[in-house]
Amino acid sequence: MTIRLGGILFGLGITGVLLLWSLLPGALNFAFPTKPDYYAFQEKNIAPEGGFSFDGPLGTWDTQQLQRGYQVYKEVCSACHSLKFVAFRNLQEIGYTEAEVRAEAASWEVPGIDPKDGSVVKRPGLPTDMFPSPYANEVEARAFNNNALPPDLTLITKARNDGVHYVYSLMQGYNEVDPEDQAKSPDFETPAGLYFNEYFYNINIAMPPQLLDGIVTYSDGTEATEEQMAQDITAFLTWAGEPTLIKRKQTGWFVIGFLLFATFFGFMSYKTVWAGKKKKKGDVELV
Amino acid sequence: MSFAWANSYEPKNPFMVWMDEKLPLPRLVYNAIGAGYPVPRNLNYMWNFGVLAGFFLVFQIVTGIILAMHYAANTDVAFGQIEHIMRNVNYGWLMKYAHANGASFFFMVIYLHIFRGFYYSSYKAPREMIWLLGVVIFLLMMATAFMGYVLPWGQMSFWGAKVITGLFGAIPFIGEPLQVWLVGGYAPNNSTLNRFFSLHFLLPFVILGAVILHVWALHIPGSSNPTGVEVKKESDTVPFHPYYTAKDGWFLGLVLTLFAFVVFFAPNALGHAENWIEANPLSTPALIVPEWYFYPFYAILRAFTGDLTIPFTGIVLIEAKLLGVIAMFGSILLWFFLPWLDKSPVRSGSYRPMFRIFFWIFVIDMAALFYLGGAKAEEPYIVMSQIATAWYFLHFLVILPIVSQIEVPKALPFSITEAVLGKDEPAAQTAAEPAE
Repeated sequence: MTIRLGGILFGLGITGVLLLWSLLPGALNFAFPTKPDYYAFQEKNIAPEGGFSFDGPLGTWDTQQLQRGYQVYKEVCSACHSLKFVAFRNLQEIGYTEAEVRAEAASWEVPGIDPKDGSVVKRPGLPTDMFPSPYANEVEARAFNNNALPPDLTLITKARNDGVHYVYSLMQGYNEVDPEDQAKSPDFETPAGLYFNEYFYNINIAMPPQLLDGIVTYSDGTEATEEQMAQDITAFLTWAGEPTLIKRKQTGWFVIGFLLFATFFGFMSYKTVWAGKKKKKGDVELV
Repeated sequence: MSFAWANSYEPKNPFMVWMDEKLPLPRLVYNAIGAGYPVPRNLNYMWNFGVLAGFFLVFQIVTGIILAMHYAANTDVAFGQIEHIMRNVNYGWLMKYAHANGASFFFMVIYLHIFRGFYYSSYKAPREMIWLLGVVIFLLMMATAFMGYVLPWGQMSFWGAKVITGLFGAIPFIGEPLQVWLVGGYAPNNSTLNRFFSLHFLLPFVILGAVILHVWALHIPGSSNPTGVEVKKESDTVPFHPYYTAKDGWFLGLVLTLFAFVVFFAPNALGHAENWIEANPLSTPALIVPEWYFYPFYAILRAFTGDLTIPFTGIVLIEAKLLGVIAMFGSILLWFFLPWLDKSPVRSGSYRPMFRIFFWIFVIDMAALFYLGGAKAEEPYIVMSQIATAWYFLHFLVILPIVSQIEVPKALPFSITEAVLGKDEPAAQTAAEPAE
């Protein structure tokens, strides 16, 4: 009885405090809002027509596309963005041969140590090296980029909500301000040094538009339109973020197949074991 | 075990006879989860989640130990170690995703297990101790899961740790020194990561110990059942093995299939994208929320937005943050008092018409709290979480005690046998006698 009485008192007390001191003032503010409307970014990303080759449970990598994406990363993105969890040797997974990887790695300069005097030098990359950062440290990165820090791109497609489509959309999001939205927020303007991009959470992004038509010349002859490059770099970064993505999905089918098989037999044996223990129509007596 | 008609263990081959004399471990298992444990014959599928929870505990321990072999609890390298596991360790990606989603599934089955307890009043005499131990296990699980989420040292790890450890700072007088002592500094840092790793490794074994006590306590009165009528005679029960091993077995297969779908095709669906960004103490995420399984309690914490003041004087009696902390911990601690708050002699919700309505309202209320805990801290979510929080406390502390007083329950079946077969022989009505 004491517990119940104490419980009722505590329950009424905490509910009263909540309703009178928290809900009441909050509800008043809610009923009479004073907050102005603000310019909101696009929360809905766009997707390429037909989707990506790696979409869905049956997706696969398009190695041609990954190699094109790698070319975009190398020739455009890598000027400012690192890819620190990916090693050159990983390029073998997107269809390069061992010799090609060796040559590709050697075309990058990575930080090293002079074997004679131990001084810090640049040396050609080896397959075991990770992709080098374009900047020595964060201070240098910010100094070169109007105090903005270009994020590492390894996990970018996982580190944003709907990240794959986010990257694809952002690359093509440098549009004009919608006149209707501009009319709603007349004070809105993009500050100097920033660029309007409706897919960026802050609307104004420090990164200038990059994928200008024809900025890379694809070695496989594909036409380098903005849309094409956006698709390719998105595919490459999806691979960089999770190289095991396709292996994971393929393993999944095998595991689920096995589990369904085992579950089916489990269910049949359950039925057999319980036969006669449950009431069925026409049952008269138990076993 | 507890019933006179329970099968008794009889070792057949000489080795097992020898073993039974020296160390009767097979006998223990036989009586605990074998043919020697009589279980009500009418259990429905809500009774499968206890075994499933046990499975996921072991699963988490196994995957966790493998992950610990490749992890390093140091703020400089922890985030990169996770990537190392994802990329370079053979099937490391599988271990990582299985462990992270395994935690989610563990909580999923635990919530269903707990709600089974709410509906069928599994906490009532003579099973209070099972319930109390269960609440202890749940609290240990929450601590373990929270510390585990800090280990990848992503943005949500860091900021989640900061918010949750900050709760201790709300305690009057000793709060701040206590917080600094627990965290090992003024904000989560390398010391925090190290102690969290150590505790995250230790606590699952404490949980295992508590689970053994939970199952031991269960075997004293035996399992409850959907009618809430106690076992009276042999025809009310079936041996755990093979009846419930078969039922649990196929159901485990079903749940594992669902689990595999999540692990292999949507492994990040239950997590937060933010945690794939390395922790940065200088950059606060736009929205700090815990993992989904903490949402209801996080919603309760955030519901308290106003200080408790004496009106028109401006004197603050209790700050809003402390009110939130009291309510959040109170919301779980009150489960300890449940056996004494709900005094209805009828156990099963199926025979309690009034309780049943309030039970389903409470389920909706919990669903709302689950949603609101992950929502942005803006209107209308704040007002909604305040109403849902108020109902949560009213349900347990006011509605349950009153309903159990005024409700007129429906007629109970005479026995489990009657509930299953529709009839029973009155001549066979003899009370069960505990064997020992």
